Amino acid sequence: MSKFSFYIMPCMIGFIVVFGLVKKVPIFDVFLSGAEEGLTSTFSIAPSLIGLIMSVSMLKASGALDVITSLLEPVGNLLAVPKETIPLMLLRPISGSGSLAFIDSIFKSFGPDSFAGRVASVMMGSTETTFYAIAIYFGAVGIKNIRHTIFAALVADLTSFIFSILMVRLFFT
Amino acid sequence: MKNGDIMLNYIWGFIILISIICAIFTGNMEALSNSILVGASDAINLVITMAGMMSLWSGILKIADSGGITCILAKIFKPVLKHLFKDCPENSPAMRAICMNITANILGLGNAATPLGISAMKEMKKLNKNSDVASNSMITFVVMNTASIQILPTTMSILRQKYHSAAPFDIVPAVWISSVVALLVGITLAKVLEK
Repeated sequence: MSKFSFYIMPCMIGFIVVFGLVKKVPIFDVFLSGAEEGLTSTFSIAPSLIGLIMSVSMLKASGALDVITSLLEPVGNLLAVPKETIPLMLLRPISGSGSLAFIDSIFKSFGPDSFAGRVASVMMGSTETTFYAIAIYFGAVGIKNIRHTIFAALVADLTSFIFSILMVRLFFT
Repeated sequence: MKNGDIMLNYIWGFIILISIICAIFTGNMEALSNSILVGASDAINLVITMAGMMSLWSGILKIADSGGITCILAKIFKPVLKHLFKDCPENSPAMRAICMNITANILGLGNAATPLGISAMKEMKKLNKNSDVASNSMITFVVMNTASIQILPTTMSILRQKYHSAAPFDIVPAVWISSVVALLVGITLAKVLEK
């Protein structure tokens, strides 16, 4: 699995470079303008990450996270969810930067290649900030009654979470 | 990655207050105080570590986008997508915007996907006689946007690299399977509950 994974990035970059050359794109010039946008947008999330990572570290240092996690542990056991990722499951549909801050803390405590670290990675990678997408799209066109959107979207998120655990078990144990 | 989270005003305030109250009871005030200082510098470290790779990746994706990859792939996906959006005529502006948005999402072009998605929603609203109730197509479309269909989870891989993962991309096949299954469940539910 890990040998194969080293091919992904170089192959995608190689493919895109060849595609750009074939399509006569001035590849380096375009790269520079894209890279500049990427740099600006990464630094633009700095203020929200500072605020959120601070709050997640406070939650951890005060012992409140342990209390919340142990309260939720019975529910987690029922679904065979690693207890460290339960708060992530609650935060993920609401806040993208908040979940990133939380994953940063999971990696710091358990490492990215631990069971919890891998499950958290897959959960984060296979979901989106559900409420944000719903708010931005329906908000943009002034839809008042969104019918069954939230239910369908949240069940899909839960499916991702359950499959994240199953897939990590399947591929890495 | 998307910014502009909602509900965060309350959640942020709640997390901070609950931490302070909890620290009073557990006597962890010293640790709490240190965590505030460390948290702020941790965040800047994270941004700096991610900035290089995020910038590189945006540059690479921009090459693909300038070559017109979004239009090419949108044409490939259209035969599949037209079955999901039955109330949008095949060559309508709505259908075109839907295909472009979904393609941009797959490629990870988040900044391009959102404006395309909003114009898709505007076109679908016109087709729905400007009603303020969501049409079936709108629901399917938004549910697809709340699921992750990105081919490469770049942010996650960068973060894994930062913490010295032995193979930062080894989670990718697991991500693909979980997101595809979740996407299918989301679309099925959106369709089944239409009535």
